[in-house]
Amino acid sequence: MSEPEESRQPSEVTRRDFFNKVTLAALGVAALGGVAVTYQFLSPNVLFEPSPTFRAGSPDTYAPDSVTFREQEQVYIVRTKEGGFYAVSAVCTHLGCITQWKEDVRQIQCPCHGSKFEPNGKKIEGPAPRPLEHFAVSLTADGELLVDKLQVVKPDQVLKI
Amino acid sequence: MATTSVEQALARLRATRVWKSIFRRGPARTNRTRSIAVFGNLFLHLLPVKVREKSLRVRATYYLGSISVLLFVVLTITGILLMLYYHPAVPQAYRDMKDLRFVVSNGVFLRNMHRFAAQAMVVFVFWHMFHVFYRGGYRPPHEFNWVVGVVLLLLTLFLSYTGYLLPWDQLAFWAITVGTNIIKAMPFLGDKVRFLLLGGHLVSENALLRFYVLHCVVLPLAAIAFIAIHFWRIQKDGGLTVPEKLRESQIQEKDGGTE
Repeated sequence: MSEPEESRQPSEVTRRDFFNKVTLAALGVAALGGVAVTYQFLSPNVLFEPSPTFRAGSPDTYAPDSVTFREQEQVYIVRTKEGGFYAVSAVCTHLGCITQWKEDVRQIQCPCHGSKFEPNGKKIEGPAPRPLEHFAVSLTADGELLVDKLQVVKPDQVLKI
Repeated sequence: MATTSVEQALARLRATRVWKSIFRRGPARTNRTRSIAVFGNLFLHLLPVKVREKSLRVRATYYLGSISVLLFVVLTITGILLMLYYHPAVPQAYRDMKDLRFVVSNGVFLRNMHRFAAQAMVVFVFWHMFHVFYRGGYRPPHEFNWVVGVVLLLLTLFLSYTGYLLPWDQLAFWAITVGTNIIKAMPFLGDKVRFLLLGGHLVSENALLRFYVLHCVVLPLAAIAFIAIHFWRIQKDGGLTVPEKLRESQIQEKDGGTE
């Protein structure tokens, strides 16, 4: 303002321009920080949800060639004819409803949209896009079954005892 | 005469200092002072000062937008009243909903009014959108207001969806489970958005509280802001879109000027 217009070079940055840019940049950084802090605030650090790993009891409690629904953990513990174990998720791959084991037809069926699965999770019919997931099963040191729902395994993986 | 005494009372009221301090001017007797009265009022200034007679006819709009706003007002009032008896906590939420139905005086009336008005609002907002679409109301100069309208449609649907969880019954739980699993299908961000929305991996107490806050604070405030813009833009864009057919036909011909 104090300088006459002609004495300034066209590329020269005025003090006003400089401070405008600095202020805008500072506000932009502060806004980004605000977004980041809010995002962190909205993501809970402690959740009161059931643990994704759980003990499913002694293998002897399961009869060969049986499907047992664990309601609390929403998992089927399947024991094969040969005596091996695998764990199948009870959560339908369509939209997340909890499926049900129908002993009379030996099928896993979803009440929401009618998907049907074999005991090994393979889809028979319905809108489900994928077979039911298999979770890793192992034995604890004291001989109990341990299912880890965070570890999705291939359907042919069977725990032999 | 009754009318004259009412008019006299009104005239006396308008002459008082209190009235003048609120409305800043005397009675609006001429078109100019009437316009100034509209401009000088926060709520009225969203509306046009002048409207075409044709755009006031029932067939021009069927008042679909006005009915939607009226339902929004009904929902706000009944919603605030329902909030006085509802705790967004597990398992209190379900019990409060049952109490509203069976214990609280007129609770079932208020709850049903809120429910049915909500369903009606979805119907009327869609009807309003189709009506505007078939009348060509999305064309210039109404393009921006059409987009604002689409935002309002989405806000209506989000309000409807977040309110659906609040009774905390089986229907609510599974609707939100299924709905948020649909969000999970979104590429890259799906899991994160679902986690933020539910405040966890499951539909739990966190999810109920988040949906409650969205339903009662965030979405209504956004809706009020967009409704205000929507109204104001009708006026700025030169009034409602009057269909060609109505524009050409003479009003007196069909309705005998009774409207």
